[in-house]
Amino acid sequence: MQGESLTFVFLNAAIINNFVLAMFLGICPFLGVSGKLKTASSMGAATTLVMLISSVSAFGLNVLLTSFEIEFLRLISYIAVIASAVQLVEMTMKKFSPGLFRALGIYLPLITTNCAVLGVALFQTAKEYDFLQAVAYSLGAGAGFTLALVLMAGLREKLELSSVPRIAQGAGLSLMLAGLLSLSFMGFAGLGG
Amino acid sequence: MRPELTQPITMDTFLRGIWRENPVFVALLGMCPVLAVTNTATNSLAMGVSTLFVLVCSNVLISMLRHFIPKQVRIATYIVIIATFVTMVDYILQAVSPVVYAALGAFIQLIVVNCIILGRAESYASKNPVLSTAVNAAGMGLGFALALLMLGSVRELFGMGSLFGVPVFGDSFQPWLVMILPPGGFFVLGAWLLLFAWWRERKARKAIVEDAVHAG
Repeated sequence: MQGESLTFVFLNAAIINNFVLAMFLGICPFLGVSGKLKTASSMGAATTLVMLISSVSAFGLNVLLTSFEIEFLRLISYIAVIASAVQLVEMTMKKFSPGLFRALGIYLPLITTNCAVLGVALFQTAKEYDFLQAVAYSLGAGAGFTLALVLMAGLREKLELSSVPRIAQGAGLSLMLAGLLSLSFMGFAGLGG
Repeated sequence: MRPELTQPITMDTFLRGIWRENPVFVALLGMCPVLAVTNTATNSLAMGVSTLFVLVCSNVLISMLRHFIPKQVRIATYIVIIATFVTMVDYILQAVSPVVYAALGAFIQLIVVNCIILGRAESYASKNPVLSTAVNAAGMGLGFALALLMLGSVRELFGMGSLFGVPVFGDSFQPWLVMILPPGGFFVLGAWLLLFAWWRERKARKAIVEDAVHAG
């Protein structure tokens, strides 16, 4: 879509159509890594970085694929780009922040199978964003993902201290909480128009 | 060459994916499509069948190639194999039913990153012969499809008062709109999980009581 302002693209991805709470992308890390505030925010930052890299590369790839008319290879090439981007972030993090690297553990390589990342690449192609819009979109998606993760982590840290019935401990209650969060995010729908 | 596990194919190979190790309700894998496309029963069924197809085909192929794939690049190889089958499903569905294709949108392509498929490839197909892989994958896929259907029918029933597009409750029914909106997905899945947790808890408690009776 041409003519959407960069601010709108950003806000749309971050809040109005929040990737986690409105579009259900990236639920696995959302439920898996949202136990502690600190890990949640670093996970958000790492995912945002991967999103940005893969979004920019996906934009270039799409131009290339379209010019050769081999669009059916889109999915395969996108996923390959994302896997390499994750590898890059992983190596960088291992070098500069080994503590964080250990804290994120298995969830770091799993960013590859985070559907939010592939989602950004696929949706920006479907919406025919230009380069700057694609960058704004990926940053917005990353911000939205981080926001949802941090909110959930905050709630779950509080939950640790309260007594809940035995059957509600674990995933069931987390999903109910996510439902309430999602309900409150629907309030932003009016902003979209 | 990796050591071969020679497990006999039993009913359990097939059945455990459906109930005891159900990918959605027990392992909580592949949550994104579970929540996103289950607003009607029809969409759930289409998604379930597509995933089943990709799961079985890709795992059979991976199992066939398990001696040829170098260990270091196995994940990348699996992903490429899976992506190939997903592209196939994408084009098939586009040709068979444009309406359902439009409703599912990008989520068909997102089957690539469904952790169930990669998880099965890594933990089962890479170590087991073709036939038992096919049986196991079919069980897992059916379990996934079943879970999607359980979610989708509840959401459609309450959210629109119909099932597979057929009205059930009549005209006087006031639909709970929230059920087909995003929060409804979280609520219904949460409710199913709570229900199962309650059921397991009750069974465990009964077992304890029975043990006490026998002991006494």
